[in-house]
Amino acid sequence: MEPEIKQPDEQLPYAAVMHWSTLAGFIVLIASFVAYVLNWLPASVPLEQLPHLWNLPTAEYLKATGTPTGWSWLFMMGKGDFASLLGIAILSGSSIACIVAIIPTYMRAKNNTYIAICVLEIIVLLLSASGIFSTH
Amino acid sequence: MKQRDLAGKPSNFHFLLVLLPVALLLLTFPAEAANLAPGGADSIAWWVWPLALSVVCFFLGMLAVPAGVGGGVLFVPIVGSFFPFHLDFVRGAGLLVAMASALAAGPSLLKIGMANLRLAMPLALAASISSIAGAMLGLALPDNVVQTSLGVTILGIATLMVLSKKSEFPHVQKPDALSQVLGIHGVFHDTISGKNIPWQIHRTPAGLVLFLIIGFLGGLFGVGAGWANVPGLNLLLGVPLKVAAGTSSMILSMASSSATWYYLDNGAILPIIAVPSVIGMMIGARIGAHLLTILKASVIRKMVIGILLFAGVRTLLKGLGIWI
Repeated sequence: MEPEIKQPDEQLPYAAVMHWSTLAGFIVLIASFVAYVLNWLPASVPLEQLPHLWNLPTAEYLKATGTPTGWSWLFMMGKGDFASLLGIAILSGSSIACIVAIIPTYMRAKNNTYIAICVLEIIVLLLSASGIFSTH
Repeated sequence: MKQRDLAGKPSNFHFLLVLLPVALLLLTFPAEAANLAPGGADSIAWWVWPLALSVVCFFLGMLAVPAGVGGGVLFVPIVGSFFPFHLDFVRGAGLLVAMASALAAGPSLLKIGMANLRLAMPLALAASISSIAGAMLGLALPDNVVQTSLGVTILGIATLMVLSKKSEFPHVQKPDALSQVLGIHGVFHDTISGKNIPWQIHRTPAGLVLFLIIGFLGGLFGVGAGWANVPGLNLLLGVPLKVAAGTSSMILSMASSSATWYYLDNGAILPIIAVPSVIGMMIGARIGAHLLTILKASVIRKMVIGILLFAGVRTLLKGLGIWI
């Protein structure tokens, strides 16, 4: 009988945050999408018009529909298509929350190398999320 | 006799004979339907496309798990070739599909030690940085250049799948200095042998360079990176195959996240394309995990290679303007 394996201390808090944030993301994603396609939340771009627009490159689509870029969608939650982006943002932000959750574990272990790697990864993800690299 | 050689056993071969044409029919259906409809794709009711997309993604998800590839690598060339959506939106959805699948699988993999965070974090940092660069380039390049490069890359991935060997438990004689500094090693329980298997890695600096390249391609084409992560971890770094597959999900969840933010900020994610894809793929992946128990993984793998070759040629010809 092989002895039970103890996983590194950081694995369990990372897994727990990943589980709950992913679950929250999926619930919001599906609920907002249902509200969008059933027209409970009106769409900023009518669903019937989409087949004429989804074959355009992003820049042309944005111009034709007047869709804002960056974080503007967050202030337009009354529109079904923008509300659906909230679930996507929660899923995309899940990794940031997971990494933040394991920093205290590395701090207790005085593992400065991994604290630095975590901080760098958070900076990269936050910079990407901030829209600083956005071209539109 | 030939049937047995190809598929391992006759029942698998017959299954393949039935499933392959069905899969190809499903994949080409949207394009054919659009061509046959009076007025082309525009005349078809809007809801037909997301519905067809979720059905196709269901089958892709079913195949992706037993074939050992992420959903993104099947999703982008197939949906990009046979659906009327612009490749920008397909790549944005592809990244989301890859990220969502990795996030859903991650917690259980971490708990049982099939994914290792200390191994994943440095490689994910490299891949996250380069995937933003890939995403930026992907949205800036002309469509035909991205389409042609994607076709070449998909054909390269299919070739890699044919040629690459796997090593269940690679022998790492001596860990390299960097992996020792980072404390990258572990033990996992192999349920088949009932033994605890210790592992360590080598060639860490080369691995970091490789994951810079993989992250860049993942961001550029929106194809995720499971197809490259697993052989990179297994064959280059010497990670046992099961830990490589699990850790690949962790790397993918972080690297795809950074590129997804870029696509989201630039308006390149349309919920009407992305959400049905994620839902179809997630349900299909659950069935795919069960398929593993009744079918030989090698049979599914051969089928996926066939689909990738078909989709790769189609993407390449579309990019070159030969088969629009």
